[in-house]
Amino acid sequence: MSPLLCLILLPVAGAILAMAGFPARKMAITAAALNLLACVAILASFQGDKTGYQFLSSCPVLPSLGISFTLGADGLSLVMLLLSTVVTLAAVTVARAPQTNAPWFYASLLFISAGAIGAFASVDAFFFYMFHELALIPTFLLIGIWGSGDRQTAAWKITIYLAFGSFVLLIGLIGLYLAMPVGARSFDMRAMAEHAKLGTLFAHDTVHSFSIFGFEYLSITHAQIIYLLLFLGFGVLVSLFPFHTWAPQAYASAPAPAAMLHAGVLKKFGLYGIMRLVTPIFPPHVAAPFNTLLLVLLLGNILYVGFVTISQRKLDLMLGYSSVMHMGYIFLGILSWNALGLTGAAFMLVAHGLSIAALFALSGELRERTGTLDFSEMGGLAKAMPTFGLLFGFAAMAAIGLPGFANFAGELMVFFGAFSAGVRSSPGFNAFQIATVIGLWGVVISAVYMLRAYRRIFMGPLVDRWKSLADIAPLPKLCVAGLILLLLVVGFYPQLLLHLISPALIRP
Amino acid sequence: MTAFLLSPEFRVVFLGIFLLMLDSFTKTDKRYIAWAGIVGLVILFGFSFFPGLPEGVFPPGFYLSDPTALFFKRFMLLSTILTLALALDYSKVYQEYIPAGRPGAGLGEFYILPIFACAGFMWLVSAADFIMIFVSLELVTMCFYVLVASMRKNLLSLEAGVKYLILGALSTGFLVYGITWVIGLTGHTSLDGIREVLPIVPQGYQVALMFGLGLILVAVGFKVAAVPFQFWVPDVYQGAPTPVTAYLSVASKAAGFVVLMRVIEPFLTVPGLEQKIVTVLTVLAALTLLYGNLAALPQTNFKRLLAYSSIAHAGYLLVGVASVGAEASGPAVGFYLGGYLLMTFLAFLVLVHVGRVTGGDDISDFNGLGRRSPVLALGLLIAMLSLAGLPFTIGFLGKFLIFEAAMQSHQYLLVVLGAVTVACGFYYYLKVVRAMYWQPVVAEAPAIPVPVFTRFLIALLSAAIIIFGIYPQPLLAMLR
Repeated sequence: MSPLLCLILLPVAGAILAMAGFPARKMAITAAALNLLACVAILASFQGDKTGYQFLSSCPVLPSLGISFTLGADGLSLVMLLLSTVVTLAAVTVARAPQTNAPWFYASLLFISAGAIGAFASVDAFFFYMFHELALIPTFLLIGIWGSGDRQTAAWKITIYLAFGSFVLLIGLIGLYLAMPVGARSFDMRAMAEHAKLGTLFAHDTVHSFSIFGFEYLSITHAQIIYLLLFLGFGVLVSLFPFHTWAPQAYASAPAPAAMLHAGVLKKFGLYGIMRLVTPIFPPHVAAPFNTLLLVLLLGNILYVGFVTISQRKLDLMLGYSSVMHMGYIFLGILSWNALGLTGAAFMLVAHGLSIAALFALSGELRERTGTLDFSEMGGLAKAMPTFGLLFGFAAMAAIGLPGFANFAGELMVFFGAFSAGVRSSPGFNAFQIATVIGLWGVVISAVYMLRAYRRIFMGPLVDRWKSLADIAPLPKLCVAGLILLLLVVGFYPQLLLHLISPALIRP
Repeated sequence: MTAFLLSPEFRVVFLGIFLLMLDSFTKTDKRYIAWAGIVGLVILFGFSFFPGLPEGVFPPGFYLSDPTALFFKRFMLLSTILTLALALDYSKVYQEYIPAGRPGAGLGEFYILPIFACAGFMWLVSAADFIMIFVSLELVTMCFYVLVASMRKNLLSLEAGVKYLILGALSTGFLVYGITWVIGLTGHTSLDGIREVLPIVPQGYQVALMFGLGLILVAVGFKVAAVPFQFWVPDVYQGAPTPVTAYLSVASKAAGFVVLMRVIEPFLTVPGLEQKIVTVLTVLAALTLLYGNLAALPQTNFKRLLAYSSIAHAGYLLVGVASVGAEASGPAVGFYLGGYLLMTFLAFLVLVHVGRVTGGDDISDFNGLGRRSPVLALGLLIAMLSLAGLPFTIGFLGKFLIFEAAMQSHQYLLVVLGAVTVACGFYYYLKVVRAMYWQPVVAEAPAIPVPVFTRFLIALLSAAIIIFGIYPQPLLAMLR
């Protein structure tokens, strides 16, 4: 059996055992820990000097459509797999067993994890898509049953939004498949990239013109339609502005481990998908006409959502919006379409995943203790629980992108990559450079909201009703500290990940 | 004569006649008739996998036994078996609503009529001649007139029966009238003959041909519940006995689609007509998708919800039929129907048991089912997710194949509409999931006992939904 298949099946087995009546929490933690060990073992046996996918295994499923269940991993997917297993372990460990239906709770968490791992380990675009959807229903149940606040609205919104986004994506995938020459069609990502390299993809590209009363208002090639479908489909899944409204509400209402997994790992699926199915496949001239539009949208993520984040009065919503905002940077890196920007974006996937998971874990702990996350009711908590305050401070600094944390390295690469992107216009700046200059202010915005949140919650005079709060328990402390340690290690020594990521992103 | 006796349809008819005689000579518990029917049909289902079915019972051009026909014969046998299994579980409720002179009266017909309808369906999917199509369709419809109205003391069932009778008769009228036009213009009753004659039919006759074909489309539209011929569906589905509703929504729809594809196929070879037919089908598909999905959103009754969902699925299937030119559109429709059988029967199976205990079929009657009966809830969860089209279920693969065919034949409008309506679908199917898992249990609600055979069926259907959702090759191989 392929080692990657083990990685997918372990959480599923854990979930089934938990539902079958074995002690749910123990099962979940065991499965997640074993999975992390397995992932580290796979990483250790990975041959870094070779390009392309390793650990390949394939099983034809629908030969007539060129669909096969193919698993494989290169540097980029391995990094994402590592992120998934680390966050999964942290999430199930931090999670408190709910009063009702604990087996289903842990099983849902493990299913989300299995879906994410399956997606990152898939080489076949069809299964890549299918695995992502596996997480949809567990999320619906987690938010709907064990959520807080306006959980019903949030659960409906995320489910319907993501279902719609993924069907748009599916249409894009089918379009990509049909753009290949008849007889050689396949959903294999390697085949897609190969056809793109040979120029046989979109070989018979046609122009669609749309006109009303003889006035032609839109002329677009087939390849461009598919590009837009894929980008927007993935965009909805990653909460690209203006399709972001599902995310903050869902993350605020979701139980902490669900928010950790979803914001930390699952949302990265869309960005990872763009790096796999859009940037290596579409020629730059197809994408170029939409660069300005997409730059405006991602600036919407950074600036508009950034200001919305500043105005939040509750920690959970603020974190939800901040995670939406940070997607803007990653989009900027991807859109720059050069090696530096893409590497930075991939690096930020990991950095953001770890930091937002740590923040959601802490915010969940805080809600458990105080029953509220409203800034106006907090104050001086660092006096009552110093370790908690320290950890939150570290995580907040990481999210801002302070030098020393992985986020800083990623943002730096993204900004450098974006500034050198596009066609040079000799006097003045081109669109990418303008977007980079504006986007840089995002760092200031995130400093404003994170530091304000920190001051409101942990600084100032200690409110009387919180005087007897106990400090963070050892197990959650260990998890959050582990996440922060990883952020620091990778931040001080980025080469650790870069030598895995960079070879995978080189355009053939 | 042996060929006559070995023909699969006649075997089903003989089984039905045998059971009728058994029914008239016994006065005890009638449920064993259903068991006998199930066993008999399972044996016939097994026979269908042995090669060498005799042909030549009918004159050539009357009867087809291509892979599609064989697939749908198995489909019909399977759906009849499942209907009988549902009828067994439903018999307690059913008996309350029939005026019984003695215990068990009227139950026999309830078990036996589906078998005759099954024979009609099996002839229908093999029919290659308008006479054959009409006669076998009438055999089916006659059985359904009785079955729908059979709970005589239930007003809803009577209302459903009358509605179905009137609209069914009307659609039969349309069908006969349309067939007459086509036969008159081409001089042939068999589809093969029509295919040969069509290229030499004068250009001036095309309008008349379209008129005749349009009338046939109206009649078939009634059968498959396409908008705007769907008005009977919600009332009839809600009023009819639940097993009959399931049978109606699966077998009748499948047969309608087989007939639709067979009938329009010769006409598509005529260059002038092809574009017009595709336009009509596209409009029908778009309307059906929109109406079925939007009207399902506010439903609070589970049976009505399934009725609108059945209209919505007819919409997706029509998208497949309208994808003329894509080589895979036929297998895609067949595969979708196969998936539709599995998930619809699973949903109705759970409904029968929940309805038996709670006495109602509103969505609120499913509140807290996750706690009261985990088996039923898990089964219904899988059915709903598959109906909504979530990956790793057969419902998703069906939609995928349909969309793939539609993209291949450049039906972009329908594909975009499809993506929107799929999102609608997630809302109304998950409403049931919400009731089962989010909502608290109704006070003093008893646990729901589930018989062993039903547990077995739920496990079987759920497993089939997931296995074919991951590895569809065996099913698709039968269709090619």
